[in-house]
Amino acid sequence: MKRFLDGPVDRVAESVTRAAAEDAFTFAEYDESAGEKVAWSDYSYWGSTFRMFFKNRVAVALLVLLAAILIFTTIQPYLPGQRPATLINNDPETGMMLMNVAPGEEFWFGTNSIGQDLWSMVWSGTRTSLLIGLAVACSEIVLGITMGVLWGYVRQLDHLLTSLYNIVDNIPQTIMLILISYILRPSMSTIILAMCLTSWLKMARFIRNQIVIIRDRDYNLASRCLGTPTWRIIQKNLLPYLVSVMMLRIATTIPEAIGNEVFLTYIGLGLPVAIPSLGNLINSGRGLLMYESLRYQLIFPAVVLSIVTVSFYIIGNAFADAADPKNHL
Amino acid sequence: MLKYIAKRLGQAVLTLFIIITIIFCLLRMMPEEGYLGANYDKMSEVQRETILTEMGLRDPVPVQLAKFYRDLLHGNFGTSWIYRPNVAITEILADKAPVSIRMGLMAIGISLVVGIPLGVLMTRFKGHIPDKLGMAFVVLVMAIPQAVYHLFIQTYLTDALSLPMLFKEANVMSWILPTVSLSLYNTATFALWMRRYMVDELNKDYVRLARAKGVKNSVIMASHVFPNAFVPLIQTIPTMILSTAMGSIYVESLYSVPGMGGLLVDVIQRQDNAMVQALVLIYAALGIIGLLLGDLLMGVCDPRITFVEKGGAR
Repeated sequence: MKRFLDGPVDRVAESVTRAAAEDAFTFAEYDESAGEKVAWSDYSYWGSTFRMFFKNRVAVALLVLLAAILIFTTIQPYLPGQRPATLINNDPETGMMLMNVAPGEEFWFGTNSIGQDLWSMVWSGTRTSLLIGLAVACSEIVLGITMGVLWGYVRQLDHLLTSLYNIVDNIPQTIMLILISYILRPSMSTIILAMCLTSWLKMARFIRNQIVIIRDRDYNLASRCLGTPTWRIIQKNLLPYLVSVMMLRIATTIPEAIGNEVFLTYIGLGLPVAIPSLGNLINSGRGLLMYESLRYQLIFPAVVLSIVTVSFYIIGNAFADAADPKNHL
Repeated sequence: MLKYIAKRLGQAVLTLFIIITIIFCLLRMMPEEGYLGANYDKMSEVQRETILTEMGLRDPVPVQLAKFYRDLLHGNFGTSWIYRPNVAITEILADKAPVSIRMGLMAIGISLVVGIPLGVLMTRFKGHIPDKLGMAFVVLVMAIPQAVYHLFIQTYLTDALSLPMLFKEANVMSWILPTVSLSLYNTATFALWMRRYMVDELNKDYVRLARAKGVKNSVIMASHVFPNAFVPLIQTIPTMILSTAMGSIYVESLYSVPGMGGLLVDVIQRQDNAMVQALVLIYAALGIIGLLLGDLLMGVCDPRITFVEKGGAR
């Protein structure tokens, strides 16, 4: 038995000595300082996140497209040869309104039933919708983070806020949106207000859950024992951890807000018709679907809208995947 | 278990009470034209006051609220003012609800039958063509606002499939497109979550152990991964059934289905406050009931959930 166990080892030792004798390899020098070296990794969270994100070709392409659309909508009114969006275009010779002109060289996207240039209307509407989206996202971040941090960190508030949440969360969000916009008269600020009042809840709950999870980790306990003030713990130890979550929420809030604007306009609680928005354009294009020659008035705004929302959705999801350390190698 | 149900039920009733009260008070803040309809401009100040007093709107809010609750407990939601003047709201709803419910149940059936197998299929071929196609479908349905794709489906598919554009209850062909459109969003939701939960399960250790033991892939999928992934989905199903059975605002107004979804849009546009109030209350109540049923169903189906109190979580 003993011979059997030793056998292979003997054979290994034998072959090593034989190989060394044949100059197949040389023994390495023993270097004492090499033992002092510490393993070091060049892992950086944001570096890996961006590397993962840029691996996703579709998301990167859409990001470029979205950036281009964003820049274009901002500078579009200042470009030469643009008509104001609400201007009613008249024929210079006859003085008649140029209504329902098909897309062509003069009007790239055609004109609508009262002679407004659809090209300018679409971009102006995209601007309005994106503005609503950004405003909702920003206020959601401020409100959501403040409430979420208070909710998660201050134990005395936890019970109160949780029961409050359980009540408000039970009302379907669309119903709340409808109700608020029904009571307040439609305008830009009331629409933004209505959406903010419904959307910050999700964010606050998310932040609260994350904070409850990481609040009592050892490093925070150590910080507290060393006498770090609470606001500093929140600011330095907790919030940086939540950046990726916030980015994801922004990326999903904006298309949600744009979709909600279309929804509110659809049920007659949207912006006044005088303000071009994607919701208004789609709503007025809706009646023209029966006439095949006029369908372009719906198709152009619908396509721009879909590109914007789909891009935000895909980019947001790709970023969330990339920001998850589990996916980092 | 019984104790848990009782507690959860009590919570739901309390929540419902609070929400109804809040909504009722909010709607008292509405501008008063909404109660008088088109004749508002023609009336004198005295006439308006008389009508409003007659309606009981000049009473203090707590009195109005008490009266409202008394009526509600008798199953009386009030009467419509503008939409169909002086007709009881329950009567209007009784006309409208059956169509919505039938269509909604059919749509949710389609969603379950298509969405869940789609999710399973996407997991099975993860990273390959079926998965990518399924994902594209999910992204399109989730990201594009519903108003837009319902419009396009109605415009182009009615032409292409030569189906009728407007809904007629007797004509079976006219049921197809509205029902399918109605089911799209839920189908995508089911597929997306089914895939996500199944992929999560696939990465767990017990699945790896089963693989290592040599259990067949189909058996792993059918008897380990699928049941475990389906449990979290169960919680959302009651809410989905209820909200779909109430009808979709888009689908019903586009195909002019005489159901409850289009009703809300109608009464909002005509500013019939009593109807808005009743409908909003019904929707909110159904939302709460859906969540309650979901929690209970989850408790029944998931053996990991126990109803024994565990002390000192925090």
